[in-house]
Amino acid sequence: MGIEEKLPSGFMLTSVEVLAGYMRKASLWPATFGLACCAIEMMTSGAPRYDLGRFGMEVFRASPRQADLMIVAGRVSQKMAPVVRQVYDQMVNPKWVLSMGVCASSGGMFNNYAIVQGVDHIVPVDIYLPGCPPRPEMLINAILELHQQIQNMPLGVNREEAARAAEAAALKAIPTSQMKGLLR
Amino acid sequence: MADHNSNETSSDGGGWLSAFAPIAGFGVTFATMFTKVVTEQYPEQKVPTAPRFHGRHQLNRHPDGLEKCIGCELCAWACPADAIFVEGADNTEEDRFSPGERYGRVYQINYLRCILCGLCIEACPTRALTMTNEYEQLKGSTRAGLIFEKQDLLAPVLGGMIPAPHPMVPGTTEQDYYQGKVTQSVSEQQEWVDARHGEDEKAGKVESVKGGDR
Repeated sequence: MGIEEKLPSGFMLTSVEVLAGYMRKASLWPATFGLACCAIEMMTSGAPRYDLGRFGMEVFRASPRQADLMIVAGRVSQKMAPVVRQVYDQMVNPKWVLSMGVCASSGGMFNNYAIVQGVDHIVPVDIYLPGCPPRPEMLINAILELHQQIQNMPLGVNREEAARAAEAAALKAIPTSQMKGLLR
Repeated sequence: MADHNSNETSSDGGGWLSAFAPIAGFGVTFATMFTKVVTEQYPEQKVPTAPRFHGRHQLNRHPDGLEKCIGCELCAWACPADAIFVEGADNTEEDRFSPGERYGRVYQINYLRCILCGLCIEACPTRALTMTNEYEQLKGSTRAGLIFEKQDLLAPVLGGMIPAPHPMVPGTTEQDYYQGKVTQSVSEQQEWVDARHGEDEKAGKVESVKGGDR
């Protein structure tokens, strides 16, 4: 993305990682993007009672180009799926996706032809938050968990290594369709 | 007519004060500086939920530690989102998890499907499944991690309880458990558990307490 990607591995890169992580997590700007009832709870979280401004993220940006967190709040219909993907593609790196509510996470109780069975079919999801809808505390709790992920995000060479390790693990993993036993 | 009169009096009654009307709104804004702040400082100060808030489920135990779940699958049938998977099995004298014939061998709730509606709670015939006010475990970075299994859902072992499997309190029947006549575990049960634990150690089975590290 920037000069931080060009740094060689070592203690300097580690210090930049810590600093960049701290700054990124403390000024996360969500995109104004509500799909259903979960959006009401998302708005409540931004309102004075729960006040996401305490975590530096009260500005819900209307343009995805200014946002770096997509909170998928609500069920994603098949027709909405390309729109969700386009909003995600328009966001600038680094970007994160929070799947809020059971409908966005897995389709929830809408197990039918109209609803995408989990928004991870179309965009990579960093954190799942169940609930129907999750109360604002749960959203804040998930966002704080995401802050931890962002703080520990590797950069530059370390990032490439992590990506390679993740890919190797994904290639070795059993596909969900072939999973047997109790986890179904 | 009455409305018309009252309008006149109110517009006339302002006098020189009406000159300040346009900035009266600032007074309201200024006054809120002295009102109580409504913001809840969530991660630092947790405001308790309503007592009947539908949070994470819990699989309850009888007062002696046997499980209440009988593996009847009524919760799974009631679930509108098909989030619950139950597989029952027969209790035997060597492995008794619940009083009576059957127990829930596998119990999974997929929290990415569960809408926390509470229909499973209403369906449960033994009050084995209830809901807690806990909501902070409900988050995760993988879909598989949000399928909670039996060991994640079971109620904690309180004083007077011995974790299953162990036999029922001697001389009691299934009915006595449901009528509340069993109030805590007895020494015979503890002896049985100790004896079995000794056998397991002899046989080299290390694993006696399963899972629980989510």
